[in-house]
Formats: sequence, C-alpha cells, structure tokens
Amino acid sequence: MSSEHVVSWKVYLAVFLALVALTVITVEVTGHDFGPFNLVVALAVAVTKATLVVLYFMHARYSERLTHVVIASSVAFLVILVFLLLTDYLSRPWSLVAVG
Amino acid sequence: MSELAAHAGEAHHEALQHHFTSLEQQRAASSLGMWVFIAQEVLFFGGLFATYTVYRHAYPEAFSAGSHHLSWKIGFFNTLVLIGSSLTMALGVYSAAIGKKNRVVGFILATILLGSVFLGVKYFEYGEKIRPCLGDGPHTGCLVPGARFDAASLHVKGADLGHVQIYFSLYFAMTGLHALHMIIGVPILLTIAYFAWRGRYGPEYHTPVEIVGLYWHFVDIVWIFLFPLLYLIGAH
Amino acid sequence: MTSESRTLPADHYLKSGWDLKSWLLTTDHKRIGLMYLVSITLMFAIGSIYAGIVRWNLLVPNGSQMSAEAYNKAFTGHGVVMVFFFLIPSIPATLGNFLIPLMIGAKDLAFPRINLLSWYIYVIGAALTMYALLTGGLETGWTFYTPYSTVFAESNVAVAAVGIFIAGFSSILTGLNFIVTIHKMRAPGLTWFRLPLFVWAHYATAIIQILGTPVVAITILLVALERLFHFGFFDPNRGGDPILFQHLFWFYSHPAVYIMILPSMGVISEIVTCFSRKRIFGYSFIAMSSLAIAVIGFLVWAHHMFVTGLSVYSAMVFSALTYLVAVPSAIKTFNWTATLFRGSVQWDTPMIYVFCFIGLFLIGGLTGLFLGNLGTDVHLTDTYFVVAHFHYIMVGGAIMGYLGGLHFWWPKITGRKYVESWGKVSSLLVFVGFNLTFFPQFVLGYLGMPRRYWSYPEEFQILNVLSTAGATILGFGYLFPFSYLTHSVFRGEPAGDNPWGAKGLEWTTQSPPKTHNFDAVPVVDEEPYDYASPPKETVRV
Repeated sequence: MSSEHVVSWKVYLAVFLALVALTVITVEVTGHDFGPFNLVVALAVAVTKATLVVLYFMHARYSERLTHVVIASSVAFLVILVFLLLTDYLSRPWSLVAVG
Repeated sequence: MSELAAHAGEAHHEALQHHFTSLEQQRAASSLGMWVFIAQEVLFFGGLFATYTVYRHAYPEAFSAGSHHLSWKIGFFNTLVLIGSSLTMALGVYSAAIGKKNRVVGFILATILLGSVFLGVKYFEYGEKIRPCLGDGPHTGCLVPGARFDAASLHVKGADLGHVQIYFSLYFAMTGLHALHMIIGVPILLTIAYFAWRGRYGPEYHTPVEIVGLYWHFVDIVWIFLFPLLYLIGAH
Repeated sequence: MTSESRTLPADHYLKSGWDLKSWLLTTDHKRIGLMYLVSITLMFAIGSIYAGIVRWNLLVPNGSQMSAEAYNKAFTGHGVVMVFFFLIPSIPATLGNFLIPLMIGAKDLAFPRINLLSWYIYVIGAALTMYALLTGGLETGWTFYTPYSTVFAESNVAVAAVGIFIAGFSSILTGLNFIVTIHKMRAPGLTWFRLPLFVWAHYATAIIQILGTPVVAITILLVALERLFHFGFFDPNRGGDPILFQHLFWFYSHPAVYIMILPSMGVISEIVTCFSRKRIFGYSFIAMSSLAIAVIGFLVWAHHMFVTGLSVYSAMVFSALTYLVAVPSAIKTFNWTATLFRGSVQWDTPMIYVFCFIGLFLIGGLTGLFLGNLGTDVHLTDTYFVVAHFHYIMVGGAIMGYLGGLHFWWPKITGRKYVESWGKVSSLLVFVGFNLTFFPQFVLGYLGMPRRYWSYPEEFQILNVLSTAGATILGFGYLFPFSYLTHSVFRGEPAGDNPWGAKGLEWTTQSPPKTHNFDAVPVVDEEPYDYASPPKETVRV
C-alpha cells in the first residue's frame, strides 16, 4: 500500500457488493448443467473475486511494482506446478490404480 | 546522508526500529515481508490444490458424489460471512489511515466476530461428519477417511469407494488448513485491536493493521477458491 | 595488505554481552549467524557419523557388519541430516546472515527478531528429527517415498516428518528476510548492478526458499497425516498415486539442490576475484545466471522420476528442460575461469578451495548430463553413479565453497587469522580424501552397483574399500579446520580490518565489526570488484 494513498470507503463497499454478486452467480450456475464449462465458469468467477480482493482490499492497485512482481511470481509458480504435473497425468495412456 | 536528514523528525517516532533509517523504509519493508510470506502461502496451499487437480481429473464421479453430500447453502453462507469479514478488515485499515481510533477497534472486532461465526459453522459441519466415527457401533454416516468410512451414506458403489475417500481427505485437509490459518489469525487480530484501543496507530503509522489485513484477505481468497471447488462440483 | 602490528578493536559485537541471555535473546545478525554456525557444525558431525557407519558396512560385500535394517537407517539418517539440517541452511544461515547487512551497508537484516525465530525453529526441528532418528530411526531414505513411508514402514516416519516440516519454516523465514533486506535496505549508491555477487546468489536462493519449500512442507505434512489418520492420498488401495508424492516432493527437492549450490557459487565469485586481483569476468552474466538457475531449476524436477512410471512424453519434456538448466551453471564456470586468466593468482587457502570447487563442480555437472538423458538414465539411475554425481556437486562443490568462504571471512568474523599452513594441508587432505571416496563410485555405478543396497557382489569390493579409505581421509580433512579455526578464535593473530585487501563494504569495517556495523551510512560510488584502484580505508568516526 502506498503510504500516501487512502482509498475511499465507497470503493470497498462497491467491491464487497461485487463479490457478493459473483458468489450468487457461481452458486446459480451450479444449478445448470454446462458439462465441463461448469468448472471453467466456477474458476473464472473465483479468479475474478480473488483479483478484486487483491487489487482493492489488499491495495495492490495502489502498490509499487515490486508487489505486483511478488504476486505474479507466486501465481506463476503455482501454475508451473499444476501445468507440469498435468503433462504427466494427461499423457499417461493408463488410468490411476483401480480399486480392488 | 541526506536521507537521514530528511527523516530527522521521524527518528523520534517510538515505532521506528533502530536498524531502519525511516518510517517509510520500515513500512515498505514490513509490507513487502508480508507479501513475500503470502507468496509462500500460495505455494503451501498450492500443493493441496495441485493434489486436488490431479485427483478430480482422475475421479470426477467420486468428487461429484462427495461434493453433493456437502451443504452448498452452508458453504454459501460461510462465503458471505468471510467476504464480509474482509470488508470490515479493509474498513479497519481505512479507519486507521484517517485516524479514527474507535472505528479501527470496532471494525477489527467485527472482523473477529465474523471470523468466529465462520469457524463456528465449520465446527458444526465437521461435527456432522466426524461424530459418527467416534466410539463403537455401526459408524453410520462417518465421513472421516479410514477404516470407519461409511460410503453407503453417499450412495457410492464399488470402484469409487476408495476414490471418494480421497475427496474427503482433501476436504478435511484443505478446509482444515484454512481453518487453522483463521484460528491463528484471531489472536493476532485481538492483539492489533488492543493496540489500536491503546492509541498506537494513526495516519502516520498503522503498518501492523495494514499487514495483518493483508494476511486476513489472503485467507479469504483461499476460501473463495475452496467454496466452488469443494461444494459446487457438478450440477446440483 | 597492511603490515603494521595489530590489536583487536576495543569495541566489537562479541563484546556486547557474555552471558547466555546475550546470545539466546540476541537480534544481532552476526551473533545469530554464529549460533547457526555452531548448530550446523553439530549437525554436520552427526551426518558424518552416519556416513561413517554406511561406509563401514560397505567394506565387506556380504553385509555381515550390521543388519540390513540398521544399514537402511544409517543411510537415511545421513541423508536427512545432511540435506535438511546441514546443506540447506549452511551458507545462507551462517555467512549469509553475517555478511549480507555488512555487504549492503545496513545495520541489520530487515527483520532481526524473525531472524532469531528462524534459528529457534531450526533447533526445534533438528531436536525433534534427531529424537525420531535416535529412538527407533527412519529407514525410508531421505526421500520418504510412498507407500512404503506411509503404509509399511514401522519407524518414526511421522515424528521425523514433523521435525523436517518445522525446519522448513526456518528456511522460508531466512529467505523472506534476505529478499526484503536486499530490496529495501541497500546503502545509497548501491544499485543492483553494484551488489556483490554473493548478495545476488543469496537473492536467487531466497526466491527458491520462498516458492519451493512450502510445497515440500505440505507434502510432508500429508505423509504425516496419512501415517496418523490414514487419509489415503498416496495409497494405491484407495486410488491414491505414489507418483504424485514424488512429483510434489521433487518439486521442492530439485530446486533445493540449487539452494545448496547457489550460495556456494556466490562465495566462489567473491574469492576468485579477490585472489586474482582482477575484476570478475562477466559480472552481469553471473548475476543473471543466478536468477536463471533459480527459475529454470523449478522446471526440471521429474528427471528424478524417469523410471518410476511417469508418462514418457512428460519425461521427454523434463529431460529437455534439464539440459537447459545446465547452461547458466556453465556460464558461471566459464566466467570464473576467465577471471583467472591474466590475473595475479594468490594461493591462499580460500583460493585453493576455489580451484577445488571449479574442478569438482565441473565433473559433477557434466555427469549430471548423463543422468538427464533419458536413455542413459535408465541404466544409471539408482546406481552409485547418481550418488557420486550429487556428492561431487554437494561436497566437491557446495562444501568446498563453504570452507573457502569460512576461511576468507574468518578474519572479519573473529578478528583473527588462522594458521595458513594448516589451511593448505587440510585443503589437500579434503581434496584427496574426497576424490578417493567418490570417484570409485562413478565406476561402481557404471558397472551396475545399486545405491541403498546393504550388500553387493564380491567383484565390487575393492572399489568400495577404496571409497571407505577415502572417506576416512576426508573425515580427518574436516577435523583439521574445525580444530585450527576454533583455536584461532582464542590464540589467533589479530587480522586487521582487511587482511586480504579485498573490495566490498564488509571489508571497510573493523574486524570484528561493531554491533551496529557502521557508524555512518556508507555511500557507494564505485563499481564492484574494482581491483585496479586501491582498497578503501576503513571508515572510522
């Protein structure tokens, strides 16, 4: 957070309402069957909510570039972990051990 | 040298630690320190999310069956509670930045209250699943993975029995670790509230409120992902 | 190098308190560095004893020296103690803690109390793990592979796992402290490209500590949970995948080897330039290569898993990335060598260790290429070839750098000189002992002797005996520095502020430094390693 910049409380309230709305949306979507898109939508909503929290509640929008680098790096390496894991699991021609 | 002269007035601020040359340097360091800590937390929870990804991809029906057994209404309620606690936390930091001491205390106490509500609900949710596993008897409805796991209560057949146990292992591990982070957060919040009440924070120095806020928001973000991934799998 | 007779300074950090409280409650990064030095030296001794037991057993082919179970506990103890409690903390927690604030002109690290906390966490983790190792032991190998560790092992897996979990947070907090310190507390004029390469090395290391350690932390916690509560993540009977454990484990444990080597490379950069009296060759390439190693190092972990049941397509990806990670290390090695060219080489003990490092790290690195290659790895994996490869890097590389660094900065840390001839003799013993221990193991591995085996075919005995003989010499080689360095603390000749005539802010303070390091904030106005101009006078206020 920049030491000088004070964000108006109205911004926080607006973000809160947006987060509530997005939560309602994500629950609502579960009531319909979009197949694999249910997961896509759920993740998209979650990422949007998380982004709002990071940018506004956590003041990343008003922070120095280094903060953005730290945030981006942590997400990037998590993505690397999951992505490279999936290069194994998605390319195995056999399924995981079956239960007897 | 000039940096020292420019901040000469601040050298007497009681909160300035001796190894820093200015309050601003101290604030910037503390903030960066908390962000770096959060970065490692992302990877800490990330290991569990990676495990979740692998097993959900392998056992979609088992995960769906397990998820359907959770109450999405309780999860929805808890999500709103936690988002609300993030709002009160942000307003607490805001109040410190504009020098309203009593509001700082009030908003932090509200955050603690909402967090406690969340934990109380979790206690109830866990109890439902764990109580049947205790003692002797048929253990109907036991959902703790292991010998006493009662798959019949989930209407899961044969091959998916073991797999749905993995779902519940992840449920307990992920929500348990999350709850632990909240439990750790409450006494920290109480400490900050106390110091706020003692008048320690003001517009020129409220770094602890700020960085505790960062921690609390991170815990909220973890739940933002846990809710759909655990409670809302597959169409209801 | 100044020649006037010297005494120790009147006031320095070792004099600000003599009692236990002044040490156990200190927040002075220099004292914390020394407390770490004592702790990790103790753990190194314990790890060496385990190594001695392993090599003792391997003197005879038929395993008659001890039971297989005892042997398994010995090599596991050796690995756990050496990896988690010696190599990972070694240079960062001792030399890093001591030197980084001095090198950047700061009074302390950003978070001195967290620094102290990290030491306590380390001690608690070490105590818990030693308790597990000594009461019942651990026979899973330091890698804890499932489902053996989670379902079948009858030893103290859960307790050891928790001990290692706790120690991991010590590493994370150290890394956090370094990152914030290096970003926020550099002296005026000290831009990024004027930083000593030792600092760049620790910055890159800290990135790995922050992003990698938490993954192994959660993984090892899951192992403990599975032992205690039967959760089933890695249990095939419930659909769990043991390979997933290996993925999560190696996601950290491969970058961990860069935590072990990068600081040592930082030490080499500092010593090679000082003892060649010449500016380091390719400063920015070395700095950037440190970062490259840290990042690319996260992309190669499954090269530890080529024969475990991984998808072959995935294995190909990891193999290609493994070849990529070798490049920045090679760049550094080339640059150190180029620094020597047309330099004025001074053969003091720290420089001898530099030459040891360059040669032995080269061998270790090149043999890694055979292991990174899918085809040859099928034959070499899980043999002594792998054991030799990583010991050439970890001992021939990392520990040589550690010893070189200890000798280089010893005068700054203690204010005293050690006896140089002992330094040279010991380095020779270490070099000979090391090669005699581990070179035969390359041959053994190539001939097919598996690792972690309690007994072996008779035709391998002569090489094993040579290896054990080498280990004995190596052990003596390590005892000597321990003795003469300790002796120098009490009886060594006062060293003066800058006995080596080195560049760097730490050499502008007195030896030993004052508690608050600098009386006035230094201002940096010259490029690093500017050995063409004379060393700066110590700033005295």
